[in-house]
Formats: sequence, C-alpha cells, structure tokens
Amino acid sequence: MSENPFSLWVYLSQSPLLWLTVTLLVYATADAASLATRRHPLANPVLHSIWIIAAFLVLTGTSYTTYFGGAQFVHFLLGPATVALAVPLYENRKTVAAAILPMLAALAAGSVTAIVSVVLLAEAAGLPRGLVLSLAPKSVTAGIAMGISESLHADPSLTAVAVILTGIMGAIIVTPLMNRIGITDFRARGFAVGIAAHGIGTARAFQVDAVAGVFASVAMSLNALVTSLLVPLAATLLVH
Amino acid sequence: MIASLSLILLCQLAGEVVVRGLSLPMPGPVVGLLLLLLLLLARDRFGVLARGPLQRDGVENASRGLLAHLSLLFVPAGVGVMQKLDVVADHGIAIAAVLAISVVLTLLVTVATFLVASRLLARGRSAR
Repeated sequence: MSENPFSLWVYLSQSPLLWLTVTLLVYATADAASLATRRHPLANPVLHSIWIIAAFLVLTGTSYTTYFGGAQFVHFLLGPATVALAVPLYENRKTVAAAILPMLAALAAGSVTAIVSVVLLAEAAGLPRGLVLSLAPKSVTAGIAMGISESLHADPSLTAVAVILTGIMGAIIVTPLMNRIGITDFRARGFAVGIAAHGIGTARAFQVDAVAGVFASVAMSLNALVTSLLVPLAATLLVH
Repeated sequence: MIASLSLILLCQLAGEVVVRGLSLPMPGPVVGLLLLLLLLLARDRFGVLARGPLQRDGVENASRGLLAHLSLLFVPAGVGVMQKLDVVADHGIAIAAVLAISVVLTLLVTVATFLVASRLLARGRSAR
C-alpha cells in the first residue's frame, strides 16, 4: 500500500464497484424506509435516493461522469425493463382489450395536455427558449425524452432531470389527488399516472394496485410513441 | 434464468434493429415489448414454441424480477441533477412550479377522459 492515506479512496472512487454499491445500498435503504411508512407517497424511494447520492457526490468532489461509470449498469436495465412490461400486459390482456377505446381517448387527451401545458406554462413563466424545449418531452420515459430533446437541439441532460422530477411529482401526487376527487376505477387511475409520470408513476401504480400498474405501463408505452411524434410539432407551433 | 434474460435482450435488440433499419420514430425497447408480447401470444396458439424460456413461467419470472424494482433504474439518471445546479439556482422554482401544475393537469384530464369515454361506451352498449 502507498503511504498516502487517500490512495485507497482515490483507487475506489474511480472504480465502478464503489458507485454501483452506493447506488444499490442507498436505494435499498430508501426502499426499506418507504416500506416502513407503508408506501407513504412522500417516502418516494427515487426522490430520497437521488438527493442522498447527489449530496454524497458533491461532498466528496466526485464528478457525475465518474459516478455514472458505476451506475450505468443499473441505468442500462431501463431498456430490458421496458421489454419486460410485455409480461404484465400479456397476463392482463383481457382487461386491457376490454378498455381499448377509453384508453385511446385518454391517451390522445392526456399526451396533448402534458406537452401543451408544460410549453405554455414555461413560456408564461418567462423561461428561456432552450429551457422550454428541454422541458417539453418531460412526460415520457428518460431514454426517449432525451432522444426527442436531442433532435430539437435542446439540452438532453436537463430533459433527463425534468423527466425524473416529473415522475417523482406524479408518483407523490397521484394517490392523494385521486382519493380526494373520489376516483375508484384503478384502470383510470393507473392509466393517468402512466401518461403523466412514465416509469416512476408506473412503479408507484404497481405498489398501489396490480391492475393500476398494468394500465400505467400500457399508458407509458403508448405515450412514448405519441409524444415522440407530438413534441416536434408542438415545438414548431408553440415555441417562439 | 439466463435463457429468459437472453430472450428479453434479444427482443430489445431486434426492436433496435427494426427501429434503426426502418427509421421509425419510436424507441427500440417499445418495439421489443411488442415482439415479446407477440411471442407470448403465439406460444399459447402454437405448442411448438413452448420451450426454453417460454415454458414454465421462465420469461415471466425474469420479467417480474426486473419490474419489481423499476424505480431503482431511474436513480442514476436522476442523480444527473447535480450537473445542473446552476440551472436549478436560476430557474429552479419556476421549473418545479411549471412541472407540478402540468402533472396535475395531465392526471386530471387523462382520468376524466378515461372515465367519460368508458361511461359513454357502457351507455351505448346497454342502449342497443
């Protein structure tokens, strides 16, 4: 071993092992806390994992690039997890097929609302043009939203942040909101959170109710298709 | 387990090939989802397909494993917020307010449309 007491840290902080372990450990703790509060919306495991890890990186002066070297193994699984959504869809195919028309109507209304509202509100708030474009695809899952953002020459990494923030907000708000206005149809509740808050909303829906989870995952997949077509259109029509 | 994961990756890979090859405006994994769904449906119809990961809940269990901690997969991208602390300092409150209002509006419009459409359909069916 070297004489330098920091050499072990220097070695470990550059290796994927440390950051992968930190990611899993912090998430496992946040998830246990969420379970201990019986899945209280504010104990959202994604929210708490993110700020704890980000604070740790800032305090230790670690760059995001170094962190991502380890965390990329987790990030990669987003793709296979999207494919895996075929299984809950397959298992609930009769329920889904029976609701195909309400789903298509809600998809059209929901994805247009998600895009138009964020663009108009961001312009009204006086945010700069590049920022408005980066926020526009915020309701679809991270990989897709970043692709859309790139094609608009906006800032994909800012889009990723907006996407995650939107997902967390949707996941926190959906249960109290739907209970408050007395919606008891878990197909509709799940579908709405899948449109508004993509995978994080879908993860929340699976925690609350299996049928809600399936409808959320269908909504999220359909919204990915529709939004990639609609955002470029909205950008030309609405953003000045 | 390995065969089931391979099948999932294979569907994603085929999805990427289709999307890039035909330059479709949709994400590769979504096409992969459709492929896996078609495979599962085809298996029920044609017995010959029920082998390897497509039998005894192989691919089903692997998928459930992946989806059990779907939220975890968003953590690495979310930590990227630390690169954007300057934007957060300048426009953070406005961005948070805009996103929050937009999320609530989207939830309300979507849930209302779903319920109205399914009620209209139910009424249409009982009137017939």
